[in-house]
Amino acid sequence: MTSHIKMDERVERDRLAEMVQAVIGKPLDRPEGALKVSGAAPYAMDRLPANACHGVLVRATVSNGTLRDMDVDAVQALPGIRAIIADDRLLRNPAQGMAGEAPIQGPKDIAYFGQPIALVVAETFEQARHGAQALKLRFEADGTAIVAPDDPKADIETPEDEQDSTGDLDAAMQTARHTVDAHYTTPGHVSAAMEPHASIAEWNGDRLTLYGSYQMLRFNRAELADALGIEEKQVRILAPYVGGGFGSKLGIGPEAVAAALAAKALGVPVAVAMSRQQVFESVMRRSETDQHIRLAADEQGRLIGIGHEALVSNLPGEEFSEPVTQATPFLYQGDHRVIGHRIARVHRTCAGSVRAPGEAVGLTALEIALDELAAASGIDPVKLRLINIPQKDPSQDIPFSSHMLAEALEEGAKRFDWDRRRSEPGAVRDGEWLIGMGMASAARVNMLIESKARVTLNANGTGTVETDMTDIGTGTYTVLSQIAGEMLGLPMDSVETLLGDTAYPPASGSGGSFGAASNGTAVLLACEEIRQQLCERLDCDMQGLTLKDGHAIVGNRRIALPEILDGSRLVGEGHVEPGKAEETVRQATYGSYFAEVAVNAITGETRLRRMLGVFAAGRILNPKTARSQCLGGMTFGIGMALTEELIHDPRDGHIVNRDFAEYHLPVNADVPQIDVVLLDERDAWANPLQAKGIGELGICGAAASIVNAIYNATGIRIRDLPATLDKIIDGLQSRTD
Amino acid sequence: MNTDLMVNGQAQRLDADPRTTLLDALRNYLHLMGTKKGCDHGQCGACTVLVNGRRINSCLTLACMHDGDEIVTIEGIGGPDDLSALQQAFIAHDGFQCGYCTPGQICSATAMLDEIAAGWASHATKNVASLPGLTVEEISERMSGNLCRCSAYPNIIDAILEVAAGKEQS
Ligand code: FES
Ligand code: FES
Repeated sequence: MTSHIKMDERVERDRLAEMVQAVIGKPLDRPEGALKVSGAAPYAMDRLPANACHGVLVRATVSNGTLRDMDVDAVQALPGIRAIIADDRLLRNPAQGMAGEAPIQGPKDIAYFGQPIALVVAETFEQARHGAQALKLRFEADGTAIVAPDDPKADIETPEDEQDSTGDLDAAMQTARHTVDAHYTTPGHVSAAMEPHASIAEWNGDRLTLYGSYQMLRFNRAELADALGIEEKQVRILAPYVGGGFGSKLGIGPEAVAAALAAKALGVPVAVAMSRQQVFESVMRRSETDQHIRLAADEQGRLIGIGHEALVSNLPGEEFSEPVTQATPFLYQGDHRVIGHRIARVHRTCAGSVRAPGEAVGLTALEIALDELAAASGIDPVKLRLINIPQKDPSQDIPFSSHMLAEALEEGAKRFDWDRRRSEPGAVRDGEWLIGMGMASAARVNMLIESKARVTLNANGTGTVETDMTDIGTGTYTVLSQIAGEMLGLPMDSVETLLGDTAYPPASGSGGSFGAASNGTAVLLACEEIRQQLCERLDCDMQGLTLKDGHAIVGNRRIALPEILDGSRLVGEGHVEPGKAEETVRQATYGSYFAEVAVNAITGETRLRRMLGVFAAGRILNPKTARSQCLGGMTFGIGMALTEELIHDPRDGHIVNRDFAEYHLPVNADVPQIDVVLLDERDAWANPLQAKGIGELGICGAAASIVNAIYNATGIRIRDLPATLDKIIDGLQSRTD
Repeated sequence: MNTDLMVNGQAQRLDADPRTTLLDALRNYLHLMGTKKGCDHGQCGACTVLVNGRRINSCLTLACMHDGDEIVTIEGIGGPDDLSALQQAFIAHDGFQCGYCTPGQICSATAMLDEIAAGWASHATKNVASLPGLTVEEISERMSGNLCRCSAYPNIIDAILEVAAGKEQS
C-alpha cells in the first residue's frame, strides 16, 4: 500500500514530534561509518570483477572541428589491446541534472578540447593507458571557434523569460543617497569530488548492470538506456557508495556509456575510470560569471533599487546556464529592480551544476556589493542587512514560508564578537599581518522533488528502508534510518537502510539540497502506512498507537513487534510530489557567515583565522551530519574566495590547470576550526518533516564574508575572485606609497 | 615481472607489468580495494599507505620498486569489526562524509603521529630544536597532503587530537 502526498498546502501536523523513540534530531554517528573508515565500503571501481577488461578514454585535442581518422591498426597491434570503441553512441559530455535522456552523442563532431572520442580497451589498465596515449588522431579543426565569453565575436543569447524588470532602476540610481555600481567576476570552478567518475559495465544477455558513481539513479538509468538505445528495464545501476558528487555526477557520463558499449562488444565486464585530468576536462564546470550589480539606497541605507545582470557561458546547444541571480529577487527589499541573464556560446568544457548553482557565485557577488554599500554609507554591515529584510517576497508579492535571516545575523554577530570589529579598514595589525573581519548573508532556494521509498517491518521486528536514493557523503543512510526509527519506534541498530540500486523504488536522487527532505518524506509516509497496518492488527486508532524500542503500546498493553507480526512482515510505500506550496509561498533557507582574516602586509597572502556559519534550514534531522555539510559548503567558499580558478587557454579554450597541483582546493591548513551553529526552525510549507535542504546553504555567499574581511583588513576591494595575493599586493603598495 | 611484498603481514608474490604502480598492484592484483585513487599523480593523498612504517602516495611509486618491503594498507590498520582508535575517533567526530579520502587520511594520520612522536619538525614548528607539540596548527599542516573535498578537515583534526591525547596519557 502506498501513502501519497502532494505538497499543495501547509502540513500543520508535526508527526515526528508526536513520536517517542527520540532518535530524530540527535547527533548520531553514520551507520556506514565502520565500512568507510576501514576501506570496506565498495565504491564503483571497488567492484572490479576478476575477468574485467580496462578501458581508457581518448580525448579530442582541438576545440571545434571533426575527427577525420584514427590509426586504429597500430594500437590494435599492441600487447593486450582488445578493442577500440568509437561508436556513434558515445557521449559528447555528461547529461545535465534530471535530463532523463541522453545528451548530445557522437564522437566525430568536436565541440570542446578534451571531449572524449574513443575508448581503448585492454586486458590491463597499463596496456589500455598506453594504447590510449599511442592512438594517433587526425582532426579537421575549425580555426574560428569562439572559446572565451568576452570575445567580441561571441554569440550572446539573451533569453526573454530570464530578464525581469520592475520600477525604474536608472532613476532610482540617480536619486539615491548611496549607490554601488560595479562589475564582479568569478572564474570557472569544478566540483572535484575526490572519487573520479568510474563505471563498470557487465551484460547478462540483453541486461546491463552498471556499477557507477552517480547522484540521481532513476534519471541516470533513463539516460543510459536512451544513450544505448535500449529499454530502461534492461538497465540496473548500482551506486551504494559515491565518493562525493557536488553536482558533477548528476547526469550519466561518457565513461558509463563507453564501458557499456565495450562490455557488449567484448562479452566481458569492462571498467572505465576517468583520470583526474579527464574529470576536469570532460565533466561539468561551473561557468565563469561577469556580474553587473547596482544598489540604490536612501539616507538610512534602506534599499530602493537592486540590479543584478549576469553573463555566463556554455557550449552551443546546452540548455543549462548558471542561474546566477536566483536569490536576488527575494533576499532584500527594493521597489526598482532589474534582473538580467545572458549566455555566451563558447567551445569550452560543458558548463553544468556545481554545488549550489546560482547562489554560490551570485550571492557571493551580491554580498560583496552589500559590503561596498555598507562602507559607502557608513552603516554597519550586519545592520544594513537587518534593515533590508523584506516582509514578503518583494518580487512575487507572496509570503515567506519561514524566514530566520535576522536571527542568523544577530546570533552570528553575537557569537563572533562582531562588536569588536573596527569599521575603518586597516585599523588592526598583528606584527606583519593586517587583521580584518567580514560577514555576509546566506540564502538558498528550497526545493522538493518527487520521491518514492519502501519500508518493511520485518517479522523479527527490525526495519528495512529501500530506495534508489544515494548517499554522496550527505548522510542519507543516517537520516533515513533516523526517520524510520522514529516513526516505527526502533533503535538505530534495528533499522537498515539500503540505497543506490535502481531495483529499489525511484527517489529524488541527490542534488539541489532536496535529497533528505524529499526522500525522507517518502520514508515517513511509508512508515505511516505501516503504522496504519499495525493499528488494524491491534484494533486501535492511529492516535492510540505508541511505538517505542521495538514494542507497540496500546492502552495499557505493551507488545513486542514480533509478537504482533506473528511471522509475517508489513510493507509500506511512500510517495511525495511537489505541489502548489511552491508557488503559494517563497521557500528558502537562510544563514550568516562571519570571517576573520589576516593579510600579510608584505606579501599580500591571506590566511583565514576564524570562521562562523549560522544556518536555519527547518528541522535539523541530524545535527552531526548537517554540521558536516555546512563545514563542506563553507570550505568550498574558502576555495572560491582565495584559490579556486579554472584557467582556459585563450587560443583553444582548453583547461590549463586540469589537476590538483594547479587547481587549488583548500587543504587542511587552509581551513581553521570553523564554527557552525544550526538554528531551531520548522517549515510546515516545505514537507511533513518540516525540514529544508542544507547541503548547499553553506556555500551560498560564504566567499563574500572572506573577501569583505580582506577589505576590512586592508581597504582593498577585490571584485574579481579569487583574492590571490597578486591582486592584493598592488593595493598594499599603493597604500604605503 | 615478479615482486615479493609483505602486505598487512602476509607474504604476496605479485606478477605484474613493470608499469604497475603500487596503488594499482594493491587494487587490481591483490584485490585490496580500501586504498583509493583520487588523482594518480601524488596530488591528493587518497592512495596513502605505509611502506616500512612511513606514509607514501602509493600512486607515485611502482610496485616493482618494493621487492621485500612491508606494506600496511587501511585493511591492515583495522577491519569494520576491529577498528583502531583513530578509525573509531573518525566515526565519532564525523571525520568524513563521502568516505573516499578516508582510508588515505587514516593511514596518513597513523604515520603522522609517529612522526611527531619521533620529533620530526614541520613548517608549523615554531622551534625546530624542541619537540613539536600536538597542536591544531601542527596536525593540520602535517595532514595537508590529504585532500578532502567534503571538507571534514576540522573534524579530522578533532579526531586526531583526541587519539593523540589518549596516547600521551597512556
Ligand atoms: S591517488 Fe595518489 S596522491 Fe592522489
Ligand atoms: S570524506 Fe569525501 S573527500 Fe573526504
